[in-house]
Amino acid sequence: MVQHLTKKLLSGMTLPGIALAAMLGIAAVPAQANAATLRMAWSQDATGLDPHKQTAFSSLRLLELIYEPLVRLDANLQITPAIADSWQFSADGKELTFKLNPKAKFQNGAAVTSADVKASFERILDEKTSAAARANFLSIASIDTPDSATVVFHLSQPDVPILTAMSDINAAIVPASEIAAGSIGTTTIGSGPFKLEKWDPNSKEVLVANKDWAGGATGVDGIDISVLPDETAILAALRTKQVDFALLNDPLVATLVPKEASLQLNRVPVLAYHVLQLNPSRKPMTELKVRQAISCAIDRQEVLDTASLGEGKVTGPLTIPALATDPNQLFCYTRDVEKAKKLMAETGYADGFSASVIGATGEPPTAAAEAQVIQSQLAEIGVKLDIKMMELNVYVDAWLKGDFDMAIALNGGRADPYTMYNRYWTKAGNLQKVANYIDDTLDGLMQKGRTETDPAARKVIFGDFEKHITEMSPWIWLYTSYSYTAQQKNVGGFVPVPTGSLFSLAKVTLQQ
Amino acid sequence: MNYLMRRLATFPLVLIGVSVLVFVAIRMVPGDSITAMLGTEAGLLTPAQRDALAAYFGIDQPWFIQYWRWVLGLLHGNLGISVTYGKPVLDVILERFPLTLELALLAMIIALAVGMPAGVFAATHNEKLSDLGVRVVAMIGQSTPNFVLALLIIYTLSAGFGVLPTMGAFSPLWQDPLRNLSQLLLPAVTLGFAFAASVTRISRSAMLDVLSDDYVRTARSKGASNRTVIWRHALPNALIPVVTLSGIEFGYLLGGAVIVEQIYALPGLGRMILDAILQRDYALVQGSVLFIAFNFMIVNLLVDLAYVALDPRIRLGER
Repeated sequence: MVQHLTKKLLSGMTLPGIALAAMLGIAAVPAQANAATLRMAWSQDATGLDPHKQTAFSSLRLLELIYEPLVRLDANLQITPAIADSWQFSADGKELTFKLNPKAKFQNGAAVTSADVKASFERILDEKTSAAARANFLSIASIDTPDSATVVFHLSQPDVPILTAMSDINAAIVPASEIAAGSIGTTTIGSGPFKLEKWDPNSKEVLVANKDWAGGATGVDGIDISVLPDETAILAALRTKQVDFALLNDPLVATLVPKEASLQLNRVPVLAYHVLQLNPSRKPMTELKVRQAISCAIDRQEVLDTASLGEGKVTGPLTIPALATDPNQLFCYTRDVEKAKKLMAETGYADGFSASVIGATGEPPTAAAEAQVIQSQLAEIGVKLDIKMMELNVYVDAWLKGDFDMAIALNGGRADPYTMYNRYWTKAGNLQKVANYIDDTLDGLMQKGRTETDPAARKVIFGDFEKHITEMSPWIWLYTSYSYTAQQKNVGGFVPVPTGSLFSLAKVTLQQ
Repeated sequence: MNYLMRRLATFPLVLIGVSVLVFVAIRMVPGDSITAMLGTEAGLLTPAQRDALAAYFGIDQPWFIQYWRWVLGLLHGNLGISVTYGKPVLDVILERFPLTLELALLAMIIALAVGMPAGVFAATHNEKLSDLGVRVVAMIGQSTPNFVLALLIIYTLSAGFGVLPTMGAFSPLWQDPLRNLSQLLLPAVTLGFAFAASVTRISRSAMLDVLSDDYVRTARSKGASNRTVIWRHALPNALIPVVTLSGIEFGYLLGGAVIVEQIYALPGLGRMILDAILQRDYALVQGSVLFIAFNFMIVNLLVDLAYVALDPRIRLGER
């Protein structure tokens, strides 16, 4: 009898199920209060509203629904119009001219003009703003605005990657009047598809459609975002149809979604990469052969399979599909423990050595598992790893100071390899202290890649960069994972992209 | 009265101690508001950019000056401004506190309503099979971490029955009482389960002590019914340890049930403090810890006063 009842209960909403729902005051399958409002959930909330200052993933995802940059990246990482209709580099690559979309309007009704573009970039370049993206725009020498719809950037040197950097929401165009009023970050007046009606930090956001958006009508009237810190709870909310669309980070949770008949999992390989950072300023990682031995001793596929359930793919330094080299052609991407032992012996470390590896708890969720797999793999060549998991902020502090032997990291990717790596692998890179390795070849290749305008020639340059850096092995690139979103099957039109952008929510529809 | 005045006079001293501890502790943890906001991108800042941000977050001065400024603010009733919420700290705390208070009260009601009768029942059936059953359940209750129970409840309801209270958009009690209770019932059950287990165990052992006292034997010999002996003579005298335990547990709950609030996505004090720590929102961490310390002292004081009401022999403050 009990078994029968349980079976009936589990088979769906039976009478006792409904009674339970009634007792808890719950709608078993809650009707949508407003069918055209997308109910969304994520586990981490935005940390602020100033598009020039925010770098947290969730902040960027929220802000790109409210603000717009000059250009945007599509699903193939090609540059497409946003506020700018068209753009052109001068023949010498030192002038970049944009024509603005005449229909572009801020959410206060004012047209987006060249003066707003100029004011926005001047704000980014002003050190007092503390915009982290400023480092990408240092080649801007001056900005001209010949008319209200034309902006000319004069560059101190040819800078091909600057256009891709301008597609980032950290280069959003904000009203010059709001800059003058000092209200960026407290008010949110963008030109994007949605207006922020309410933000209750770490709890919820309410977005309503911007009827004047130059990109046309949005597919939904608004988006209600709930912050559900535990991803298991997000999955439960999806199961019970409380949520239409959700962002997921943990592959353990994401892989459960396809088991639910009513749900759909969207996944796309992202540009961010999982990496084991060695510190070449610390002995014995100062020795090239020791670093190479570590590279040869690591089975990247096993790390991916064990730590991330195989959800991803092994990668070299370049994660941009159009530029990436086949990992099998890179140094020691096929595990070779004998070679690793030989390299260790050649540098006098036949018996191995002890070192520590740092990782941030939950950032990414796979960090501890990655460290454990690597620990067991390196034990085979005598390297005794002590794993130190720490809170994210503590980790970031140690990471920025370069205070580690090795670090498990999930580093953000960019659509251009120069923007992605100049901070680490150029002599003037802001994060040289973290990378602790540079040589003339790396620096030279990065500078060449920065100024080369021919895409085929750039592919060769960055291919050489990739081969050289994997051979020098300052870091051991492991794999790229997926960006996951889960949705009810009546949500249509969402296009997942490698940058993780949620911009296509602007055109998402809810079928009844 | 003297006792009450003396206890109240110690409040400022305790609060000063707590304020110094929390102020220093949060600053001793590596990382600051800048790395909390920017993560590894903080490494791209120039020194001038970093200085500008430090000034914005109010961490550009030596710690003793920061402390002095904060204390001066406190004396004027100003706990500072939360950089995360862009609002006065006290406003943020008071927005979150009603939920935490309601959750703590509900959990306590569940714990006392279940735990005390179960404890009395077990004591009056000492060493019988039913006593053993209650003790086993109580042991399970005490040793099950509340996050396990919470996840189990959520999983069972959503996967098994396809139901779940609305998560995310929380309704305050005064706006929609029914929806509010539906959202708080499961978290309260989760918290109340372990709490009830503790109450069961302590009320059982207190009852066993009392039931062997002379006056209970006397009452029985005078012909009092079993019910009268238990509920009228024994139970009131067994309440003191239950009150002590409940007071301490309630005090803890007023500090926010971090894990339960996190799993059920409730915007209470516990989750707020966790986020504030992770985001290095110093003013919010300091203000809320002081607030919690104050609450804890009030609850402790009320517990002491409750002793007098329960047992007229106790004279507070007398040696």
